[in-house]
Amino acid sequence: MRTVRSLALLATLWPALAWAHTEQGRAAGVLAGLHHPVSGLDHVLAMVSVGLWGAQLGAPAVWLLPVTFPMVMAFGGMLGLLGVSLPGVEVGIALSGVLLGLAVLVEWRPPPWMAGVMVGFFAIFHGHAHGTELPAGASGLLYSIGFVMATGTLHAVGIGIGTIHRWGWGRVALRVAGGLVALAGAVFLWRALA
Amino acid sequence: MTGRRLRRRCAVGVAVLLVPATSHGHLVNTGLGPFYDGVSHFVLTPEDLMPALALALLAGQRGSRAGRYTLFALPLAWLLSGLVGLALPMMSDAPALTAVSFVALGGLVAAEARLRPEWVCGLAALLGVVHGHLNGSAMSQAKLGTLGLVGIVSTLFMVVALAAAMVVAIRVPWGRIAVRVAGSWIAAVGLLLLGWSLRGATG
Repeated sequence: MRTVRSLALLATLWPALAWAHTEQGRAAGVLAGLHHPVSGLDHVLAMVSVGLWGAQLGAPAVWLLPVTFPMVMAFGGMLGLLGVSLPGVEVGIALSGVLLGLAVLVEWRPPPWMAGVMVGFFAIFHGHAHGTELPAGASGLLYSIGFVMATGTLHAVGIGIGTIHRWGWGRVALRVAGGLVALAGAVFLWRALA
Repeated sequence: MTGRRLRRRCAVGVAVLLVPATSHGHLVNTGLGPFYDGVSHFVLTPEDLMPALALALLAGQRGSRAGRYTLFALPLAWLLSGLVGLALPMMSDAPALTAVSFVALGGLVAAEARLRPEWVCGLAALLGVVHGHLNGSAMSQAKLGTLGLVGIVSTLFMVVALAAAMVVAIRVPWGRIAVRVAGSWIAAVGLLLLGWSLRGATG
């Protein structure tokens, strides 16, 4: 009986070809797009900081910034795809970490339009750097969908964390987090300039 | 037959049944029938689904009247233009045009543009004409025929009805913000798609 069970287990675990999904490259495009924004700490910190800062600023910035960033980021990606060169991309990305971190650290409260312009400015660098790296054979559209969804989710994570702003200890924790982001951004800036 | 022998035979039988063989789980090759091929085409094709969804969100933002206009204008225009495409196929793929529809409609949703219901209806007709023709031309090549187009339009009707009604019913402020964020995501995808299509690598 044990032999029969072992044979049954072996048979069920024996791999065979499954042609369930025949459209090659479709899933690869989504997964690659989802993975890309979270593959670099400099990007992750900047995008989460956008959410943190928005949560600190409250309405309308809490939704204005996450609406602005993906659209302008995609515009930056489009420029990259069209071969428009952008000088100092890595420096711009690192600076975004520094300045967004500092904005969270000091709870800077500019007018919403100014916060939107600042976030949009840096979004171009992030988009230009990451919008162009499509894996071979993957779908550009599905890569883009994954890319935008991952970016938006990072903002949402930032906003979710930023909800601790309503408590006194939460405000302090957010400012500390902003300081750490600025510090990490300074390290990335040093590397970019070195 | 003893109980032990029976159990052993059953175990062998189950093992044989569980041996994996080549699976044709999703019937892309064998086909679901033209109607369901049309249904699955629409829900599995972001090029068609996303602008239609954006338009439904826009119609929902502009109220129940705009939603009602869109609910009938979009599928009707899609169907009529699709029939023309089936009879006179011209272009079955226009990624740049698709990208523009993403950007325009997503941008309008993100901005919560205060369009009159008649304007939303006009946009619905325009989107239906463009995408219906693309679908009809593609289906003419794929030999899916009118029934496939009917599958697409039926699904379109349901998607628009559900999405627009959901947005009309939203009362909480964060819900309307979520709709605007969704619009910005669609516009962002459209901008990237425009870049890919102009570069010639849409996959």
